[in-house]
Amino acid sequence: MIKSMWWKFLGLALVLYSIIAGLLIDVPALPVIHQTIRNLFYHVSMWFAMFVMLGTSLVYSIRYLSGFRMRDDLMASGAVYTGIFFGLMGLMTGMIWAKFTWGDFWTNDPQLNGAAVSMMAYLAYAVLRGSIDEVAMRARISAVYNIFAFMLLVIFLGVLPRLADSSLHPGKGGNTSTMEGLDMTMRMVFYPAALGWILIACWLLQLHTRRRALIQGIH
Amino acid sequence: MRETAELIRKEFMLEIRQRYAINGILLYVFSTIFVVQLCFGRVIDEKTWIALFWVILLFAAFNAVSKSFIQEASARRLYYFMIASPLSVVISKMIYNSLLMVVLGALSLGLFSVFMGFPGLYAGLFVPAFLLGCIGLASALTMVSAIASRSGNNAALMAILGFPVVLPLLLLLVKASQKALTGRVETAEMLRFLSAITLIDLVVVVLAVILFPYLWRD
Repeated sequence: MIKSMWWKFLGLALVLYSIIAGLLIDVPALPVIHQTIRNLFYHVSMWFAMFVMLGTSLVYSIRYLSGFRMRDDLMASGAVYTGIFFGLMGLMTGMIWAKFTWGDFWTNDPQLNGAAVSMMAYLAYAVLRGSIDEVAMRARISAVYNIFAFMLLVIFLGVLPRLADSSLHPGKGGNTSTMEGLDMTMRMVFYPAALGWILIACWLLQLHTRRRALIQGIH
Repeated sequence: MRETAELIRKEFMLEIRQRYAINGILLYVFSTIFVVQLCFGRVIDEKTWIALFWVILLFAAFNAVSKSFIQEASARRLYYFMIASPLSVVISKMIYNSLLMVVLGALSLGLFSVFMGFPGLYAGLFVPAFLLGCIGLASALTMVSAIASRSGNNAALMAILGFPVVLPLLLLLVKASQKALTGRVETAEMLRFLSAITLIDLVVVVLAVILFPYLWRD
């Protein structure tokens, strides 16, 4: 049992470590952000987990289209739903952070708008699935749309913010990259936090898929 | 190749025979532009002009392209499925819708200029961006229309699926048009915009060609 479950305990331990250490370690005293920089451990990890989940879903959608196994569709849609959850968490942690550093919950930043529109694209995926009754058709059509949605995600979060003239986010719109501003102690917490949340996301996906597989009788 | 040409000819014939569809879209564009003129008055600043023009064109595109697959009754779709390859079906639809969008866009541009005046846009950037934009909007919406036509409530789905898909293109088009306001644009800057728009067009077309066969079969 331990053999197959070690990664879940590792995920829990890493997240617990990142919460405790994230609040205890010394952080560099930077203007404007001050202590709120600790939110980096939680906010950025959410996006990492979301990217991994949506990437997983892309892989399973392609696998579905090449083999038409319902199990792959189950994984693809479950990964999208888990990804949406982490995306919404990322938006919320980001909004709280924005309130305390930039003074407002929502700013007109290319990164923010891109994240919001990508979330909309994936919510549309959920609506699309809901509106097709026939199971095999639903799986196929939503797999096709999912591939489009991932392309949008890459354009919105990877390409457009970098083309933009100005951004409040590091690494975008001519700002310096995030990693250059991170000192060693922060990296000691940030990397484990990101890994921990990715593992937790995989665990959530597994639970979600198992439950739905039981309900739908798919093996 | 022949098959594609034949299918495009079919689209033209259909459009000419059922003239109410194209007339409806033209009237729609005219009404929208007229309403804009009544609401804003004749004098608006150039940034508003650009934003309004692209928003009007976006909604015209939704109206014009959304019918391309939704209008096909399922019996007729089965007939096409038997006689033509999915590749030539999607390519013919995309080419036809692109042509339709370019014509519709040019007409809207003319009408909009008559009612709202024309800001001095640098043609060397605006015209290629406009053409590439029409092609991109048409191809992306053709694909979305194909997805939406396979589901239950396709009118609402067309809007919610289409909006995120065309948004990156629309943002780039608005930015390129705003750049064209400043007069002559350097070649490097121009190429940056045009290559970004072309890239999005290409990605959409390639994805559509690869993925359409999966949408087409039952």
